[in-house]
Amino acid sequence: MSGLKRRTVVIVDDHAMFRTGVRAELAHDAEVLGEAADVDEAVAAVLELRPEVVLLDVHLPGGGGVEVMRRVADRVPDTKFLALSVSDAAEDVIGTIRGGARGYVTKTITGPELVRAIDRVADGDAVFSPRLAGFVLDAFAGSLEVAPVDEDLDRLTEREREVMRLIARGYAYKEVASKLFISIKTVETHMSSVLRKLQLSSRHELTRWATDRRLL
Amino acid sequence: MKTDAFAAPARRATRSTDGRLLGGVAAGLAQHLGVDVMVVRAGFLLSSILGGLGVAVYAGLWMTLPTDARFDDSSPGLEAASRQGKRPGRPAKLEDVGLLVALAAVVLGVVVLVQILLGNWFLFWPILLGCIGLAVLWRQADEAQRERWSDTSGRIDPVRAVIGRGGVASYARLTVGVGLLLGALTLFAAQTGQAGVARDVLVAGALGVVGLALTVGPWLFRLAGDLSEERAARVRSQERADVAAHLHDSVLQTLALIQKHSENGHTVAKLARAQERDLRAWLYADTPRPETSIADALREAAAEVEDGHGVPVEVVIVGDAPSSERSRPLVLAAREAMVNAARHSGADKIDVYAEMGDALIEVFVRDRGKGFDESRIPGDRLGVRNSIIDRVQRHGGTAVIRTAHGQGTDVQLSMDTKKEDG
Repeated sequence: MSGLKRRTVVIVDDHAMFRTGVRAELAHDAEVLGEAADVDEAVAAVLELRPEVVLLDVHLPGGGGVEVMRRVADRVPDTKFLALSVSDAAEDVIGTIRGGARGYVTKTITGPELVRAIDRVADGDAVFSPRLAGFVLDAFAGSLEVAPVDEDLDRLTEREREVMRLIARGYAYKEVASKLFISIKTVETHMSSVLRKLQLSSRHELTRWATDRRLL
Repeated sequence: MKTDAFAAPARRATRSTDGRLLGGVAAGLAQHLGVDVMVVRAGFLLSSILGGLGVAVYAGLWMTLPTDARFDDSSPGLEAASRQGKRPGRPAKLEDVGLLVALAAVVLGVVVLVQILLGNWFLFWPILLGCIGLAVLWRQADEAQRERWSDTSGRIDPVRAVIGRGGVASYARLTVGVGLLLGALTLFAAQTGQAGVARDVLVAGALGVVGLALTVGPWLFRLAGDLSEERAARVRSQERADVAAHLHDSVLQTLALIQKHSENGHTVAKLARAQERDLRAWLYADTPRPETSIADALREAAAEVEDGHGVPVEVVIVGDAPSSERSRPLVLAAREAMVNAARHSGADKIDVYAEMGDALIEVFVRDRGKGFDESRIPGDRLGVRNSIIDRVQRHGGTAVIRTAHGQGTDVQLSMDTKKEDG
């Protein structure tokens, strides 16, 4: 990752061992400004250190990663949050994205992939792991043919759906672009658009989706 | 075996279930007082012979002291394993029979002693029967108490509280005990030659019982309620312990294996991956039901391939549908595609994506491996054609394989679930 500039990062996770591991992995490619082990520490660290990217554990003592974003997101508009978790539970993933995270990756992500994800989030793009893309497709499943007032937010365009499907199938951005004959920039635009819909949609199915699907 | 050094901070006298001859009172008392058990036993025996105080004290303690079975703590893992039936239970010992014999002998002795002291041959059999009856009932209560503390169903069942786990032996003991007591009463009445007195005694006894039930009943009822609550809390903590035990146990196994294979990075990664999947399933997933859900069947197939070939299989599934005759070949074909990718492609990861709508099931299996030229499939890879393409097409689906040298392989399977099977 020699061509990229080093991003400033704060690692928030309640497992010291994991923080150490991430710090070691990022050593050459990012500047780790600090670490935090719970919500209060994270809030203080983010406000003080103003990193470009916060690697945020979803399950965190004191209210979870969502609570951290709720308390500081307004005060540090230039800081982006990338959720990092072992959970993979749909409720956590969707909840964190709607809480303001620009992306969601699982902790098994490899070092270089994590660096790329940090870079992408810092640039204001969205990061979708295949699993998150699957959740998105699940959440927006069922086509709404009758156009409601805010149809923009309540469903994915055909193109966005195609992009999501390829991401879910494990294609990298570059591969998605070449497969759909569009530029990487366009892929990124679609991803950001999907992220915005995921965060802002008031779609009943989406807000209730996570719990509903467990009742099926 | 507990010793005083390991006793709980708040010391309580208990009846010993390990070193008992009769009710475990002497052994428990000896342990509590820190003296030799024979001293205590001799004390009881002496005071029994001299005026019978020993018998009364012994009986009183038997009634009031709890058995130590309820304070028997083990490690969470062992307890969990025990509750889940993974460890052998307490085997029935020959000593248990010996206890009964000892009990009978002691009762007989006491009765004979009373005979000699009172010189009243008349009361011999009633008292003998009564004593045996009581002893049997109390022993039954012991059994029931032990059962109660190991019961995890979370509610108080009055019948169960009396007879324990049920079973012929428990009912037999209860019946024998009550029968012997009633027999003693009847015999007493018959021998004194006054049937009226016997009836009066029975009626008075019944009235006494009803009176007791009325006065003590509400309190007992409340007590049962408290006990239920307490038990619910205990069941919850037991469940937590079970989960913890499962997790710790499986992690322990994996760590041991990782230490053994620490020089082999591939094996370590495979072990870690399998463990991760296991924990994830435990912590965050619903119970898998591969027989009824296509999604779970696919996940299971992926897990098998992952374990069998050591290549991570990333599964993403959108929607779900019940498993059916039509979906099964699709799952099998997908599995075959995963196996092929794991075995031949050389890729370090396989991506599986499945989307299940109302009418259409699509499964994509993809790797970034070396790919192959489909027109020149080597002989040993005829499996691709047979077990993937033909299998799906035979059942009315479509299978497309996109591949080229150095481009990886992308297998696309789809099946229309609405179409009726021909």
